[in-house]
This record gives sequence, structure tokens and C-alpha cells, in this order.
Amino acid sequence: MQCLVDGRSAYVGTGGRAIDAARESVVFVHGVGQNHTIWVLPTRHFVRKGFNVVSVDLPGHGRSAGPCLSSIEQMAEWVAEVLSVIGLARAALVGHSMGSLVALAMAAQHPDRVRSLAMVATAVPMEVSDALLETSAANDHTALDMLTLWGHSSTAHLGGSPTPGLWMLGCGLRLMEEAGRDVVHTDLNACNQYTEGLGHATRVACPTLLILGERDALTPVRATQALADAIPTVATVVLPGAGHALLSERPDPVLDALIRIV
Amino acid sequence: MKKPRTFSFDTLSLHAGQQPDPATGARATPIYQTAAFAFRDTDHAASIFNIERAGHVYSRISNPTNAVLEERIAALEGGVGAIATASGQAATHLAVATLMGAGSHIVSSHSIYGGTHNLLAYTLPRFGIDTTFVDPTEIDAIRAAIRPTTRLVFGETLGNPGLDVLDIPRVAAVAHEAGVPLLVDATFTTPYLSKPFGLGADLIVHSATKFLSGHGVVIGGLLVDGGGFDWEASGKFPTLTEPYAGFHDLDFVEEFGPAAFITRARKEGSRDFGACMSANTAFLILQGMETLPIRMQRHVANTRQVVTHLNEHDAVDWVAYPELESHPGHALAQRLLPHGCGAVLSFGVKGGRTAGQRFIEKLEVFSHLANVGDAKSLVIHPASTTHHRMDTAALEAAGISEGLVRISVGLEDPGDLIADLDRGLRASQKARKA
Repeated sequence: MQCLVDGRSAYVGTGGRAIDAARESVVFVHGVGQNHTIWVLPTRHFVRKGFNVVSVDLPGHGRSAGPCLSSIEQMAEWVAEVLSVIGLARAALVGHSMGSLVALAMAAQHPDRVRSLAMVATAVPMEVSDALLETSAANDHTALDMLTLWGHSSTAHLGGSPTPGLWMLGCGLRLMEEAGRDVVHTDLNACNQYTEGLGHATRVACPTLLILGERDALTPVRATQALADAIPTVATVVLPGAGHALLSERPDPVLDALIRIV
Repeated sequence: MKKPRTFSFDTLSLHAGQQPDPATGARATPIYQTAAFAFRDTDHAASIFNIERAGHVYSRISNPTNAVLEERIAALEGGVGAIATASGQAATHLAVATLMGAGSHIVSSHSIYGGTHNLLAYTLPRFGIDTTFVDPTEIDAIRAAIRPTTRLVFGETLGNPGLDVLDIPRVAAVAHEAGVPLLVDATFTTPYLSKPFGLGADLIVHSATKFLSGHGVVIGGLLVDGGGFDWEASGKFPTLTEPYAGFHDLDFVEEFGPAAFITRARKEGSRDFGACMSANTAFLILQGMETLPIRMQRHVANTRQVVTHLNEHDAVDWVAYPELESHPGHALAQRLLPHGCGAVLSFGVKGGRTAGQRFIEKLEVFSHLANVGDAKSLVIHPASTTHHRMDTAALEAAGISEGLVRISVGLEDPGDLIADLDRGLRASQKARKA
């Protein structure tokens, strides 16, 4: 559904069901240059299980009006405002990649509004290579190629999609090609400049689960150790052989892990 | 700068969509010869039915062997996904039925396979879908034929049998101006010779019976989704952008984004029309696709020798092959088909229909049958066979003369093929003199 957030049209996927404040809620936040459609499988699950599902398109992404927000903290405040607009006081927060940083920042900035936290394919800090920043600044398609190809494990480059008949690299690339001009660069820059992550991690008051891909080249497992050490109550699931695009490569194990924390 | 790297076409032809079987270690793609797939428990069953988890329910809708084939063609074409169907005709029908209903209209090239012409000209009108046929080389005619109810522009990468070269970039631009997708039948070219998505096409169908298989032992089709068409912006495709009562008001574009079309085609078209491919067929097509690059190289090399020979032969009136400067699509082919124009060509035997019949009957290596793209060389007389349902005007419009002979050049020794053609041509001219 569309709603107004800070005076701008914002898209919130609810699985076609009206929000009911009496039910438990779960919020999904997408990653760089993407939109709510990456969450299609888990959102359909949690809707069937009776949750309010709030799968957002961040400003400037998917069906939400721009401009993009330039910092992770701004995005976190925007998500908090979305919850206020649709009348939800508290929710489980799930984020993928950049979305995981948004969820982390919101958990730190609004601990009373976050029931639990799941960070999928994450790292803190989430440093971005100069090559990605430079190519995305030029709106060069190479940036999308890098994100797509480095975002999948090498085995996924040969396919084996769990969803029958889908070519994962094609799906990932086409989704980012839908992003408007400068969107990917603004997102990457926000990730790169998010320096408060470990500080935010120490302020997380809810149970937290890190869901990681063993062969993630963009946010390697080793880059999450400081994050795991900083969060007071945390568990980690590492999915063998998987890359960064966990929702394409390992949708069922990701859902199983989310069911534990949501 | 470190460039992102992935696998090349040749490697994907062998591997895309398949890893060694996790259960047994089998290197070849196993044939999952089963109608249905067991669920772990009732909640697992509900979650797969509701598209919460990835997996298979019933082989009419998806099957692990077919899924390998579907991924492989999607990888080779650069699409988001594909569906394997019972035949190429089933793939074309699935595309049409997913996009439109009664009251809709299609603009189609008139240079297409006779079976597809029949579907569009005679069968679909019974279901309220009309088609206007146009010369695919006349871009303005395509534009003029588009109506407010038009939902699809259709053509073949190389028209059958005259080998008209479809100007995909310009035709796609006209279709997109009107907010409709371009569906291309790429059977004659395969992704080895042409990448229609990169040129602007939105959907691709293949008769996988032909070059993709290469062995002529199965019937199968593939429908591939490029994932780039903006259904929402078009506003003409309620099957993709409005709640679908047949699946709990699912809005496919809203939930599946770039994979909306192929998901609707599977969840509705495969489920309801049921024109699925058998797992055994998918396995056999995969065996062919493993060698697609090297077979297509040989097909093209052999064809060039045959074309050169026929073009200089006294018993041949004319040869239609886009690599010849005499072909109207020559310049376009040089630009769009730099790796070759495939292995199908047509030509006229001096002496017309009778001489042509004598020619066909004297061939020994070429098989006289209704197919193309086999590893074995094939020959047919389209006006009396594959295109016999077309009336004289339609035949003329499609450039199919009474004396036209179509051949599909196989992988035999080119010297043997040329000797066989010479035998037939000698006989044809004796018949002419007699």
C-alpha cells in the first residue's frame, strides 16, 4: 500500500492484508539498489502465520518517491516514521545488507520499538571498494555487474536456483537495473559512511540473529566478528557455500532462521 | 580495476542450472521421473503451495530436471527465468495466454512458421484474440498496425522459410512506444547466434526440438522472460499488475518484480493449460545443449559451403541466405548476426515444382521431413507441407514460391552434402528436360 511519510509517497508491502495493531509485526528492509520484492518468500510466510508484514521500499527505491536518503541513520528514522504512520508501536526488524545496517541503527535509536533484530548478509563497518564507489558515481553499469556477480557465490554463477526455473544472476541484475539514476551510488555511499555501527551495536537491547553466507565476498563472515562481539544478545547462523544474495541462494534456510528470531 | 568475472557461454552451455546431485553425487542431470514431490509435513506443504518456500509440488508445474533446462536457457539468453513446455507451439501459446485475453490484438510478422501462423490466424480468433500480419521489414507498417488493444508484437529472428532478418532493435522500439512487449521466436538462431534480449526483445520462445537439442528425438519448447519490460508503466497487462483471484489476489509485479511474467506463466499457465515437458525430454534436450556452441559453429560452416555451391549451380534459380549480398536482409544480418545466419536456407530449383519434387526424391543424405535443426541434414517443400494451410496470398506475402525448397544443413561432411545435392539437382534437370 502507499502511505505518506514525511510528506512523500512511500510504499509498504503488507501482503495484501490490512495492518492490525493487535497482531505481532515484522519489518523487512532491502539492500543497495533493491526494493521490497527481494522479500517475497518470507513476507508471504509471515502473512500466512498471522503477522503484520511491513516490507518497505526505502525513499527513491521501488514504488517510494525520492529522493534517496543519504545516511543509514536517516533511513532508520524513516523506517521508524513508517511504523508510526501505519500505527505500529513495535516490530521485529529484518534487514539485508544495507537494510541490515538500517535495522541496526533503528534498534539502537529506538530500542523500545524493536522486538527482535535479524541482520542478513551483513558486516559492520560495511566498507565499499573504491571501484564500486567510482563506477556507481558514474552510473556505470559495471557497478551493477560487480554487485551482482560478487554478490553471488561462485557456485551460484552456475545456477542451481532453489526457485524452479529462475536464473539468479539475471534476476539480481534486472532488479538493480530498475533502480533510478544515482540510487546505487547513494546507497553505497551511505553504507561506506556509516561509522556508528559498532557503537549502535552495543546499544541493541533485543535478541539479535546474524544470518551469514559462508562464501559472501561482499560482506565476508570474518567482517562480522566485531559486530557479534558488540551486540549484547546475539546468535549467528552461517549458511554453507552461500554468497551475499542469501534470499536467492538460500531462501529456505533464511526463512528457517527468521522463524527462530521473528 | 578488478573486473567482475563470470562464466562464458560455452561453460554455461555445459553447466548452467546444475551442480553435481547433492543426494548421490551424480554428475549428469538426473531424470526426476516423478509426478509429485513429498512434503515434510503439513506446514511445509502449505508453505510451498503459498510460494513461501522454494520447491516442487507437481511435475506439471515444475520438475527438478526441467528446472535445470529452464535455468540453462535463461542463463544463455541473459533472462531472469524460463519455463519448459511440451513444444515450441505450447511456449508461444503460454506467452500469449499469460499476457492477454479476449478482445486483445497481436501484430505479427507474416514471415513465420506455418504452425504459428495457423495459431494466430485461425485458432486464437476463436478465443477473441486477433492478429494483424505485417511485413517485418516495414517498420512503419508495424507501427500502423498497432491498435489500442494490441498486447504483443511477434516475429522470428530469422523468418521461416525466407530467412527475413528481424530488425529487433527497431521493432522493439516500435513495440515499446506503444507500451507492449516484443516476443521473438529465436529457434533458427539459438542464443549462440543471437541474443534478442540484448537487442531489445522482452520475451523469447524456442522450439527446443531443433538446434538446442540437435538430435531430433524429442518435441519441446522454452519460454524465456527477459525481466526488463515495465508492465506497471505500460498499464495494459492486468494479468500481471492487478490482483489475481486464482491465487488469493496475488499481484505478480508487486510481489515478484522482474520475475512477474514468468511466475504468472508458471502459476497459472503451466498449472491450468498443462502443456508441460516431461523430465525425460528435458534431460535429452540438456544433452544437446551441452554441445550447442560447437554444433552451431559446424552448422554455420557447413551451411556456408552449401550456400556457396548452390549459389553457383546452373540448376539453381536463386538462393536465400542472409549472408549472401543478394539477400534483402544482408546488411542487417551483418550487424545483428555476426556469428552466422544459422543452418536453414531456401532456394529455387530451376523447373519449378516438378523439378523440385524430383530433386527432393533423389536425395540420399538429406532426409525429407518436416523439421529443422537436426544434426542430420533435412529437406522439405514448404508450400505443400509446413505452410500448406496458408492460402496463395499469404504464401506470396511470406515469400514462399511454389518451387521453394528449404534445407536444414546438418553436421555431416560438407563434401558428402554437396555431392548429395548435386545428385538431386542433376535428377531435377533430367526431369525438366523429359
